[in-house]
Amino acid sequence: MSRIAARFEALKARGRKALIPYITAGDPEPGNTVPLMHEMVTAGADIIELGVPFSDPMADGPVIQQACERALKHRTSLRKVLEMVREFRRDNIETPVVLMGYLNPVEIMGYETLAEDAARAGVDGVLTVDLPPEESAELAGALKRHGIDPIFLLAPTSHEGRIRSVSEVAAGFVYYVSLKGVTGAATLDVDAVAEKLALIRRQTALPVGVGFGIGDAEAAAKVSRIADAVVVGSVLVKRIAANVDDPAAGRREVAQVLADMRRAMDQATTTTPA
Amino acid sequence: MSTVIKPEQTPDWRAFPDARGHFGPYGGRFVSETLMEPLLELQEAYQRYLQDPQFLDELDRDLVHYVGRPSPLYLAERLTRELGGARVYLKREDLNHTGAHKVNNTIGQALLAKRMGKTRIIAETGAGQHGVATATVAARLGLECVVYMGAEDIQRQAPNVYRMRLLGARVVPVTSGSRTLKDALNEAMRDWVTHVDNTFYIIGTVAGPHPYPAMVRDFQAIIGREAREQYQAAEGRLPDALVACVGGGSNAIGLFHPFLADEGVAMYGVEAAGDGIDTGRHSAPLCAGKPGVLHGNRTYLMEDEDGQIIETHSVSAGLDYPGVGPEHAWLKDVGRVQYVPITDREAMEAFHRLTRTEGIIPALESSHAIAYGLKLAPTLDPAQGIIINLSGRGDKDINTVARLEGIEL
Ligand SMILES: Cc1ncc(COP(=O)(O)O)c(C=O)c1O
Repeated sequence: MSRIAARFEALKARGRKALIPYITAGDPEPGNTVPLMHEMVTAGADIIELGVPFSDPMADGPVIQQACERALKHRTSLRKVLEMVREFRRDNIETPVVLMGYLNPVEIMGYETLAEDAARAGVDGVLTVDLPPEESAELAGALKRHGIDPIFLLAPTSHEGRIRSVSEVAAGFVYYVSLKGVTGAATLDVDAVAEKLALIRRQTALPVGVGFGIGDAEAAAKVSRIADAVVVGSVLVKRIAANVDDPAAGRREVAQVLADMRRAMDQATTTTPA
Repeated sequence: MSTVIKPEQTPDWRAFPDARGHFGPYGGRFVSETLMEPLLELQEAYQRYLQDPQFLDELDRDLVHYVGRPSPLYLAERLTRELGGARVYLKREDLNHTGAHKVNNTIGQALLAKRMGKTRIIAETGAGQHGVATATVAARLGLECVVYMGAEDIQRQAPNVYRMRLLGARVVPVTSGSRTLKDALNEAMRDWVTHVDNTFYIIGTVAGPHPYPAMVRDFQAIIGREAREQYQAAEGRLPDALVACVGGGSNAIGLFHPFLADEGVAMYGVEAAGDGIDTGRHSAPLCAGKPGVLHGNRTYLMEDEDGQIIETHSVSAGLDYPGVGPEHAWLKDVGRVQYVPITDREAMEAFHRLTRTEGIIPALESSHAIAYGLKLAPTLDPAQGIIINLSGRGDKDINTVARLEGIEL
């Protein structure tokens, strides 16, 4: 069983939902990333989504675009991100790590090389935002051969047929993008999300995470009642951006935001909804 | 003219792309999930209307009465005499309404948008020609229009920015990344994913995810269809070579595509070599780049060893793009089209030469094609002939040219 599947099973057994923070690797500088990963685990993260910086992050709003720009000033390449995961694994062998990014850095490295090196570094899942299932056979195949879960997005515009084709290639979990828009937008419609999740669950037995537009503990709590995982990114990256000159303070603020979300989520899932 | 046809070796050029938008290994649809369904809808609508006689009639009528087509195929006699080689013909896309080939495509896509019930149009622009052509058709059809333009390009192309505003478009400066065309495209994609229900994204070149490269090509192929007929009427045969500049590649594929099966017709796509290919400061992915994935398709890109897109350079904003249409990537690999570099300096010389010998001020983009034509024509025989695509007029560039020559306007 993959580390991701094991994590979801363990959470289920305890009646808990997964909290998945996203950070951009190398932001604001490479030395910040591994300590931040550990602090996020301490604050209650169940799975870590590590953003691989890209020069043209088309699906991201300004917050993550600027994080990519900060990280790229230090030339945080995909290879460097794999080194960070290897370093993280020296002290943590339980928490799954998912790489999230765009296809081009993966293309240039080569699918087979990436799959092999990522597996060796201790990566558990790979999500390439601009790779829909139609184009994914080769990369998904390489990842699966090396025991890595290919993670895919679903969106409000995904009809039944598309949900089915995603569920055929996806492993680990599927990631439902809660709104039409880029990361960091702030218009979460929980009822609409719940409706779509019902449709998704008819097509796949995989756990379903929800992300994009979850901006505070209250929203995280609401989503945790209907989803298997809550993914948060821009709200954390904003804390890093507000403390670029003092990364340790940024890490503390990120941990605080996560701890609040963790508490609200655990309360929401142990009490019955109003 | 007789060409030896080898059916077992010659691809059926019209059969490309395949159903998923692939030209060999290039093209495809590399976008986030949210845009997949809208792209499939667009493809369905475009395929349907391309067979719809009413749609095609309306398009033809607009191309004649609004754009001013057919554009002339002009024999540049004085230039031909000076060069002492092949007869040089210019396909006069500069005479179209709004001053470039871009409007052939925006008319087509805007009519499609209207048929699909979209009320809001967005576009990206580099030189501002596509932005102007989009703002123009949006004004005419009464559609809201937002144009994304790199902050850098807004500086270089001020007259076009004002034209767009006069036409009622909102021009949004893009300050992320390199603040040029590629970043404008990113921002337009972000807008589209956010307003996908009511918004139609008019991409200005043969790039982007499927069906854009095929759709934009089909709207621009009017250039080559006319040129083929006009040349045959003038010379009683087919031309020996075609020359066009390649930014994203829409004017080039528009000229080339109807001739692809004519084996005797050589084709040259001219990329912007900026300060020179060996300086690294250029915009020539086909001459000096590597395959990768950007803006929804797989194609040749200007990128570093980590797969990050690198900054490009060209004196002409319309060629200042790190990618190129996927069909060109494929035509390069199969050897059907030669892609050649022309530097800023060569383009500037050609700009002046055409202006002085023929009384035609070419766009700086088109000046790259002229510059290669100046090299090619003398190597051919006076019995031969070439067509250079004069993709746009140079009025928009006079500030740039004056500045480069130290003249205050
Ligand atoms: C006059 C002119 N020619 C050529 C181009 C380059 O585009 P493409 O390669 O798509 O024809 C532009 C782009 O702005 C242009 O304005």
